Amino acid sequence: MKPTDVQNPEYYHKVVDCQYACPAHTPVPHYIRLIAEGKYTEAYMVNWESNVFPGILGRTCDRPCEPACRRGRVEEEPVAICRLKRVAADNKDDISQYIPAIPEQKNGKKIAIIGAGPAGLTVARDLAPLGYEIHIYDDQSKGGGMMRTQIPSFRLPDEVLDSEVNLILNMGIVTHFNQYVTSLKEILDKKYDAVFIASGAPKGKDLPDLPGRWDAKANVHVGIEWLANVTFEHINKIGRKVLVLGGGNTAMDCCRTSRRMGGEEVKVLVRSPFKTMKASPWEIEDAMHEDIPIFENHVPKSFVTENGKLKGMYFELVKAEYDANGKRTLVPTGEPDAFFEADDVIIAIGQDNRFEWIENNLGLEFDKWGLPVLDEKTLSSTVPGVFFGGDAAFGPKNVITAVAQGHQAAISVDLYCQGKDLNDRPQPHINLMSTKMGIHEWSYGNAINHDNRFVVPLADKKLTLSNLKKEVELGFDLQTAFKEAERCLNCDVQTVFTEDKCIECDACRDICPTKCINFTENEEVESDLRNKLIIPAINDSQDILVSDILKTGRVMVKDEDVCLHCGLCAERCPTAAWDMKKFIYKTAKAGASA
Amino acid sequence: MSYIKPKFIHPRSPKNKLGYSRQYYEGSLSTLCAGCGHDSISAAIVDACYEMAIEPHKVAKLSGIGCSSKTPAYFLNNSHGFNSVHGRMPSVATGANLANRDLIYLGVSGDGDSASIGFGQFAHAVRRNLNMTYIVMNNGCYGLTKGQDSATADHGSISKGGIPNTFEGIDMCALAIQLGATYVAQSFSGDKTQLVPLIKAAINHKGFSFINVMSPCVTFNNNAGSTKSYDYVREHNEALSSIDFVPVKEEITLEYEGEDLVELHDGTFLKLNKLNQNWDPKDKLSIISALQIAHDKNEILTGLLYIDNDSVELNELINTTEKPLNTLTEAELCPGVDVLEKLNQSLR
Repeated sequence: MKPTDVQNPEYYHKVVDCQYACPAHTPVPHYIRLIAEGKYTEAYMVNWESNVFPGILGRTCDRPCEPACRRGRVEEEPVAICRLKRVAADNKDDISQYIPAIPEQKNGKKIAIIGAGPAGLTVARDLAPLGYEIHIYDDQSKGGGMMRTQIPSFRLPDEVLDSEVNLILNMGIVTHFNQYVTSLKEILDKKYDAVFIASGAPKGKDLPDLPGRWDAKANVHVGIEWLANVTFEHINKIGRKVLVLGGGNTAMDCCRTSRRMGGEEVKVLVRSPFKTMKASPWEIEDAMHEDIPIFENHVPKSFVTENGKLKGMYFELVKAEYDANGKRTLVPTGEPDAFFEADDVIIAIGQDNRFEWIENNLGLEFDKWGLPVLDEKTLSSTVPGVFFGGDAAFGPKNVITAVAQGHQAAISVDLYCQGKDLNDRPQPHINLMSTKMGIHEWSYGNAINHDNRFVVPLADKKLTLSNLKKEVELGFDLQTAFKEAERCLNCDVQTVFTEDKCIECDACRDICPTKCINFTENEEVESDLRNKLIIPAINDSQDILVSDILKTGRVMVKDEDVCLHCGLCAERCPTAAWDMKKFIYKTAKAGASA
Repeated sequence: MSYIKPKFIHPRSPKNKLGYSRQYYEGSLSTLCAGCGHDSISAAIVDACYEMAIEPHKVAKLSGIGCSSKTPAYFLNNSHGFNSVHGRMPSVATGANLANRDLIYLGVSGDGDSASIGFGQFAHAVRRNLNMTYIVMNNGCYGLTKGQDSATADHGSISKGGIPNTFEGIDMCALAIQLGATYVAQSFSGDKTQLVPLIKAAINHKGFSFINVMSPCVTFNNNAGSTKSYDYVREHNEALSSIDFVPVKEEITLEYEGEDLVELHDGTFLKLNKLNQNWDPKDKLSIISALQIAHDKNEILTGLLYIDNDSVELNELINTTEKPLNTLTEAELCPGVDVLEKLNQSLR
């Protein structure tokens, strides 16, 4: 094999699993170290710069970083990255001095943003400091989009949401709230220099053809609409017996909200097997903690009404069968349909985009799924100057994806307004710097905590179930936060190998706790090399670091998979052929030079 | 950073027959210089014991004084250990061995410990064919006292101070063979593929097993002109054979045909792929001359040098008790008047 090209920044980036998995590429180990040092404000700002909503995401993020966390590969559970983020947010000091100044003198460009959700607000935040005049349109009375309407306040308190949303709106953003945009043409006619569409996926899926659906419509609700109505206090109660249909996070929010609105017997019914439910495991756990049973393999069949009043629903019992290609079909088991009593039913089976307001003579093309035709990188639509982001771009995802797209869209808008090539994008900021301070001294700590993942304490159930606004999770106290932060393996401190310094003394190979360093004859084919290591590198999603040919004709091969970044290879290296270098990878933001 | 080794190991770390992972055979974190050859030898000992699935409590590791003699702290943390006086490890090993022949005795020493202050002790342990594995971590200098030439430093070898050694160096292997060692091997700390099987065979050999391991001192003897540096040993290394340790005879298949098999007393084998045809590991004369020729050509012969399969070890020679002394009961130690009377009669 050829030596690994470590000049490509993506090589080391990929080693920082959490950061690599994060759509916004937040430098996770960096801010976790700041939390361990008690520098909560700094940790918050590292997050704010990258993911815009640390307080919100520290409570509600889908956490793609956690399944990726290397710690989860060497023991049971990953670092509680998400809840550490919340610690930074909850314990920060005044941050006003760190917020970028908004120039008095604008740059003369006006941008319209449709939708004040995470994607729209991110574009506003990235562009306002550059002197753009930003106009945000939203049909709600406050900013936040789905973060406000779909996430119940017992998971995300209003104060947290308001403070992070207002931080952006206070950057001189012109808001047009309570204003549902009914025509893109009208917006385009206002001669904005660019338009960013982040209108989300606001249409909850229904079961319009299910028998009896419309006979009892007063008691059958569509999940996200119902949650929005709860948020804006248009609804304040629900029946005693509630059925929630669906297995995603919205279903979890609906059932838990129901428990707080008078639902005593709340049940969740899912078509598929329990283990393939779409909801995050922790949200399922939280629902079950609130005495909400989940019934798997129940396919809704019909609504039952009596004298115009909802009585319950019939479900067909199925089992999942997989064909040779792994394609799943739900096959009826043949058992009699199950009947569940219900006073109210909430349908939370997904959501769709809503683009009726975009006229079809504007040249803006949609694909066969009804989604706008976009350049994946620039997020540019088929109409120059019109960009998309968030759920409106590629269908419903999550907040952190919306933020990441917002950053990219802001870069595109900025380039577009300067008449530059959208594909000539600013590169990430990279730095690789030694952490060596002296003998046995490095500027990062390898004394990791071997404890299991700490559990975030919850408020008393009696209290939370009786108060819709009472936040359930209490967050880590600072002592626990420190211990949890010390579980982080510091994967951003890279093991950097310099061939021509190596004397092949084997010290690194011998000391490595996970035996991931090997000196061996090279192979042509990567899989052959992977298989001949001391412990074969069978996790193909993780790279191997292959050196150039050494003096003895062998190569050094390091399996990145379970490297603990403990630094002992560098510590025991007599010639500094190994060094522990801190890798900084900052995704480019609008305004950075290409 | 503090000097700490994380407890986590590779989740797919293999386990040996006893259910232990390699980590169970490791020791504390080494305090020797980074890159010391001795650490590699410690790691090779760990590898050998792990792969042979030796019960750690069946091993006694012994040492004298010196950098090498510190290493028992860095391997086999779950075994017995005795760090003795400078050069006196052979006496302690002899005593322990006579008191309990059930343990595996693993002595670790250096060139100072064995070729200078303990030279006499070493000689007598060899000639008595004490049943032990004796590893000399040979770096040709006194590393612990800042790198003075030791008794094994080759004539003309240049120290870090720049001065060539004026004296002849002691060839520990030639010496051991002449003194009657029944298993003699030479290796290099930087070559585990050779060293690990040699250690395994040494542990399995009954009698005195001697391994002289070239172990560069990175701090005081790894300079140009030194004959014990990483570069010099690599360049002048002449392996007599490539070596495989074969735990049981059944594992020997046809592919080994045409290669030399050396049977050890317990039915295990060393498979040698001979690279030097003028040498037979069972022929003392051939190896003595091979060593002399290599010496004249500035070559370092490595691999198994000599083995005597018919070795009779010390306990058998002097007919000691088979039971460890600590398990002998009063009845066995004081067999009574009748036995005493018989004994007395036999001496009249």
